[in-house]
Amino acid sequence: MQGIQIDLISEERLARLTPMEKIRLILDDVKKGNIVVLEKGLPPEEASKLIEITMMEIMPDGFTGIEMETYPAKEVAPGLSGILNRVVGKRPEARLTVIGPANQLKMIKKEKDLISAWVSSR
Amino acid sequence: MALSIFVRTKKKLSHFLKVFFKKRRARIGIYGPPNAGKTTLANRIVRDWTGDAMGTVSEIPHETRRALRKENITITGVNGDSVDIDIVDTPGVTTKIDYREFMSFGLSKEEAVTRAREATEGVAEAMHWLREDIDGVIYMLDATLDPFLQVNIMMVGIIESRKLPVIIVANKIDLPEAAPNRIRSAFPQHPVVPISSLDGSNVEQLYEIMTEKFG
Repeated sequence: MQGIQIDLISEERLARLTPMEKIRLILDDVKKGNIVVLEKGLPPEEASKLIEITMMEIMPDGFTGIEMETYPAKEVAPGLSGILNRVVGKRPEARLTVIGPANQLKMIKKEKDLISAWVSSR
Repeated sequence: MALSIFVRTKKKLSHFLKVFFKKRRARIGIYGPPNAGKTTLANRIVRDWTGDAMGTVSEIPHETRRALRKENITITGVNGDSVDIDIVDTPGVTTKIDYREFMSFGLSKEEAVTRAREATEGVAEAMHWLREDIDGVIYMLDATLDPFLQVNIMMVGIIESRKLPVIIVANKIDLPEAAPNRIRSAFPQHPVVPISSLDGSNVEQLYEIMTEKFG
């Protein structure tokens, strides 16, 4: 049976991995042509590392990079709790994230509560 | 009245402390996706305040493939405040680079592969600069395009997590389809300055905000 493999990785599993283990897991999976869905997205520092390592692994006629989409971060709560969150430096948490090979995954549209994507086989 | 005395005293104290402790110049990185006009702005800043030039520009994406630094630029706003900075013009940040895209601009395969390799190295270098060596960011967006691209959301998140002061520039307002308000609604938490780095429209406002944010 032909098709595209989709790996859905739970928040619990991600929490057990180090930043480099997460990045390796994502890139190794995506380079095989799989689509990775993270229940909870990467924090900014890890996203920065993911971009850097993705760039280092791009090859002519091979891996061309990643396509990545996530829902916009939820607004910080209004009122006193929102002010307190800002004071203690709490940032909106990353949300569900879809990552795939740039030459196979195309985003069609993204709204605050909907990601619509198109996936092609290699 | 009391407020203006307080503001003047604060500025004088701040200036005195900078001189006394010989505060080093802030390194300001110009970041953004490819073809947003980063090098055009860097050239304008450098030309306006030193008379030199910085880098070449092109319609082919990833013309800037190495971070370029111009040191010791003093910018003065119309309010008389000034700031000493180094400007770092960085390669456009993206998550994908395919050499075949460059061939559609007429480059040979060899030229396109070389450009792609240099561009990937440049993006990795730009990310490294952001984590290690940058004190403030001008995040540059093409005001004719959708600002909600994942790479923009991700980059602003990374800049915020580093607690770096940031100014978002909505560039290309000389084009009729420019919509800087879309950028304001995408990033309401940051100052957004609409400019044309090509013809210089509203660049004085950017200089003034730079003295406030990076001073």
